[in-house]
Amino acid sequence: MRKRQAAAVFLMLVLAGAGPLAAQAPAPQSASPAAAAPAGAAHGAAASDGDLASLRSKVAQLEQQTADAHSAGDNAWMLACAALVLMMTGPGLALFYGGLVRKKNVLATMMQSFALMAVITVVWAVVGYSLCFHSGNPFIGGTGYTLLHGVTSAPDPDYAATIPQQTFMVYQLMFAIITPALITGSIAERARFSALMLFMVLWSLIVYAPMAHMVWGKGGLLNASLGGKFPTLDFAGGTVVHISSGVSALMAALYFGKRVGYPKQPMPPHSVVLSFIGACLLWVGWFGFNAGSALAASGLATSAFVATHFAAASATIGWAGAEWIRNGKPSVLGAISGAVAGLVAITPASGFVGPRAALAIGLAAGVGCYLMVATVKAKFGYDDSLDAFGVHGAGGTIGAVLTGVFARSSVNPVFHDNAGKVLPVGLLDGNAGQVWNQCIGVAIAWVLAIVGSLVILKICDLVIGVRVPEEDEVEGLDVTQHGEEGYNLEA
Amino acid sequence: MTKIEAIIQTSRFEAVKDALKESGIEGMTVTDVRGHGRQKGHTEVYRGREYSMDLLPKTKLELVVPDRLAETVIEAILKSARTGKIGDGKIFISRVDEAIRIRNAERGEDAL
Repeated sequence: MRKRQAAAVFLMLVLAGAGPLAAQAPAPQSASPAAAAPAGAAHGAAASDGDLASLRSKVAQLEQQTADAHSAGDNAWMLACAALVLMMTGPGLALFYGGLVRKKNVLATMMQSFALMAVITVVWAVVGYSLCFHSGNPFIGGTGYTLLHGVTSAPDPDYAATIPQQTFMVYQLMFAIITPALITGSIAERARFSALMLFMVLWSLIVYAPMAHMVWGKGGLLNASLGGKFPTLDFAGGTVVHISSGVSALMAALYFGKRVGYPKQPMPPHSVVLSFIGACLLWVGWFGFNAGSALAASGLATSAFVATHFAAASATIGWAGAEWIRNGKPSVLGAISGAVAGLVAITPASGFVGPRAALAIGLAAGVGCYLMVATVKAKFGYDDSLDAFGVHGAGGTIGAVLTGVFARSSVNPVFHDNAGKVLPVGLLDGNAGQVWNQCIGVAIAWVLAIVGSLVILKICDLVIGVRVPEEDEVEGLDVTQHGEEGYNLEA
Repeated sequence: MTKIEAIIQTSRFEAVKDALKESGIEGMTVTDVRGHGRQKGHTEVYRGREYSMDLLPKTKLELVVPDRLAETVIEAILKSARTGKIGDGKIFISRVDEAIRIRNAERGEDAL
């Protein structure tokens, strides 16, 4: 039975393949007699209008097929990237954060990421995409794409000429999902779920959308590719994603206050194993995040892929090495945290720098974020529970500034003069001013995150109350917020 | 009837179990516990924060045997559980007032 089915499928595939092939074959019947004659006899015959017309239509057909094939390759890659970035949130971030909290809060922590996969998608469809990517003013997009009207399979050449706009929209959605999810790390183990959801809806409209529009949207104030006034190089979201979420996370941690018992009571991670799995998924998913930001299956995507991987590697060594020197042992948690820090820092730089610069950026982030988390945090005494600021805020800032140092036109010729000549991009390339522009972009991100998140936190606190009562926090969020226990191992 | 409670190193449990079996002792209850006597714990570090782990994992065995077998059990445990280092554990002996088999309500030494 199986062999017959296989043979039938094979036969159908052959017939299916033969069909288009037959359709694509040239149609000699419409050609003139001269073209149909054997080659040797055709020398003396003049080319008729029929010849030229059929040649023209053939060339046009081939051009269309080439464009279609090109688009097919780009679209296949971009859809795969969109899936990879979603995987970074669920289960990547969910596991990474879930393993770091105490057992009684594991489900609540994972639920925060998962709920955003659902909620932000709806917000994005209703008005989020439009506010980010429709033309508007330098600070925010318009409402022309509300409910995704006009977002079809036709490309938007301003953003990506070879893929459907719908692909671009859904790819960007995955960024809009993971960015607020990162914030949950700083306020782990004490946030009220309902208030958090309200916070996230408002935050994605008031902080994320303006930032994304300014850096990536047409007409955006900071857009380096589309003529922004202060061109900030941010390939995949160092400012839009990591600084905005990391700094907002710091504000949230300060607003919420410390967890009950912090810092005296020991609160070690209940499962570094889960965090490990999450971190590995983040590393792999990040190829979709950074290389996919090339918006095409191109040499630039390859370059970003390589830079991403190299930065993760050197950052791992940086953090683990710093720990080894300071504590006498390299920890697994340190190694995976280092990798994440490197990936954060390379995010804005990934499509602008070469592999050697990526190693340097990764190392700087690995060591820098380790010091942030291990010394600076303790000194100031705030409870950024899962180091969302220490890794994303600090790593994003380091990466965004270093992008201005290491960006090269030989990697990505993003600046041209009026005659079309390629201009230097970063400091080492010959354009020292770019570091200043990067700082402007970084400063705007910081200010928007600080002001926006504090305003939204106040609103949510007044309307619902952002923190759970102390008894609930002590008992655990899984039971009190969700009525579940993560592990029923005695059952 | 005598109850023998032994808190031993987890790594010695298999050896103790075999020794008791060889002595003809059947029936015991085993629990995973944490604790310490004079043995120091260790420090773990997560993201720069130190946590001192004072309570160490150990294994607890509980056996109830006829009085005449108590010394056999104690000898078997002492021989097989001992490593000679601090942290080997302790044995506690107590008197049991009654033992009852749930299946058929037998009482006394017959129930052991």
